[in-house]
Amino acid sequence: MGDLNKLTIGAARDKLRARDITSVELTQACLGAIEGASALNAFVHNTSEIALERAGAADQRLAKDDAPGMCGIPIGIKDLFCTKGVASQAGSAILNGFKPEYESTVTQNLIDAGSVMLGKLNMDEFAMGSSNETSTYGNVVNPWRRGDDTADLTPGGSSGGSASAVAADLCLAATGTDTGGSIRQPAAFTGITGIKPTYGRCSRWGVVAFASSLDQAGPMTKDVRDGAIMLGAMCGHDPKDSTSADIAVPDFEAALTGDIKGKKIGIPKEYHMEGIPGEIEDLWADGVAMMKDAGAQIVDISLPHTKYALPAYYVIAPAEASSNLARYDGVRYGHRAKLAAGEGITEMYEKTRAEGFGHEVQRRVMIGTYVLSAGFYDAYYNRARRVRALIKKDFEDVFAAGVDAILTPATPSAAFGLGEMNDADPVQMYLNDVFTVTVNLAGLPAVSVPAGLDKQGLPLGLQLIGRPWEEGDLLNAAYRLEQAAGFVSKPAKWW
Amino acid sequence: MSIDIKTAAHVAKLARIRVEEKDLPALASEFNTILGFIEQLNEVDVDGVEPMVSVTPMRLKRRVDEVTDGNQQAKILSNAPDAREGFFAVPKVVE
Repeated sequence: MGDLNKLTIGAARDKLRARDITSVELTQACLGAIEGASALNAFVHNTSEIALERAGAADQRLAKDDAPGMCGIPIGIKDLFCTKGVASQAGSAILNGFKPEYESTVTQNLIDAGSVMLGKLNMDEFAMGSSNETSTYGNVVNPWRRGDDTADLTPGGSSGGSASAVAADLCLAATGTDTGGSIRQPAAFTGITGIKPTYGRCSRWGVVAFASSLDQAGPMTKDVRDGAIMLGAMCGHDPKDSTSADIAVPDFEAALTGDIKGKKIGIPKEYHMEGIPGEIEDLWADGVAMMKDAGAQIVDISLPHTKYALPAYYVIAPAEASSNLARYDGVRYGHRAKLAAGEGITEMYEKTRAEGFGHEVQRRVMIGTYVLSAGFYDAYYNRARRVRALIKKDFEDVFAAGVDAILTPATPSAAFGLGEMNDADPVQMYLNDVFTVTVNLAGLPAVSVPAGLDKQGLPLGLQLIGRPWEEGDLLNAAYRLEQAAGFVSKPAKWW
Repeated sequence: MSIDIKTAAHVAKLARIRVEEKDLPALASEFNTILGFIEQLNEVDVDGVEPMVSVTPMRLKRRVDEVTDGNQQAKILSNAPDAREGFFAVPKVVE
């Protein structure tokens, strides 16, 4: 029984329930695939013992016929999630050796649902990056290549390990987190589906914090149905996160009827940006045609403050990061610098943080420190929060006018080469998130769906943005788009 | 608004990140690139707009102020780079 690792969650679930396969077999297939894929550098901490133990337990549960959809499904966990007794470093050297004494709520929910953790996945340091080039574990490599060109490409970031692992069939699915596009952009770069739920849908407890008002966990999967199944297992109210919503979790999978007749799909004119490649515009136009063919009503809309989303984000996210990352001081966990004679506690903090944080993290912490500092708080931080309120209102206005979902490109380009952006200034890298960041600022749910290939054979994604708490409707629209796009390409195995 | 080397050094100090003297000019220049990008926000008319404090309009949950957890000294100290006699150990703070 070969290639079990290539199954979707939905297909594996059905085979597990029918006793065609066992979770142990499925898990062993994934562990074998991981072992042969070190060139991708996606998995950075393997937990095969835990995996086989949980797979055995899942098989027992499946034998009793009352197992939930995720039972026995082998998944990868982004290194940002704290997992009890297992290294959890957020891709940072400052958390070298850190093994949490507790389990994040999202991963606990996944354990409770019977899923099987294969290991921890590489990511940009503290989720700060769009190319997975800022990790202490080194770059993640995209399984996709430009035709016969053997140059290594980025899987995107920050959930680059998750994206690469799912695209290369090392696991059936993976967790990701999304602060400005960190699930959707890598999903688009690797031809998989990525869901960023409504802010408050998934508990943030036990997820290493980057920017608390923007961070959300979500699933990265091989198709929309898998995303619906896994999201249902991840979310739910958690008293340990005060921003976790105390509302019922619907059956997202049941919402996938594929019927979107009469739904109003908004096309925001501000997302036609200067410098966006023709291929992206064409893909977007194709997506509009697909939704129209499916019976949706296409409406032109305006989100007037779109242009200001990235600059607002690059005030708010670093400000929150500078506060959240203050805890890495060499006292309670992780790295502590060696001190020279005569050096005291201030030197300990300064040297520890200089040694432990990478360049991009240092830069963002310092920008955040600056915009929050006396004299600049109002000019930068408060102004950004006011602009954020306007960005959110842009969306509220179009939803109030009856729009059900908004269709946009997911990224302004296909995956680029690792190292290609080394000489660009930081702002050039930030532009990767131009289509995704508005969603985090407004707290909305959105999904990236693979919709086509570019001239070089690389996947491109489209994004659908939904109303708050209506992930079911949103995923149904995404499901229809997926059916219409018929994206089935996989990267040719070279690793 | 332009950041000079002195301001860059001050920000690094506030952030408790050691930056070598020779690296300050490049850092200041990066700050200026990013802040230049952020300056666009000044084009937006924000008169009468309240700064956003909550992403979703929800009242934060409250709970009874009582002890629900504790007695895990060993667990809390288990990841410390230096723990002694049940405490986190740090360099001498008070002379």
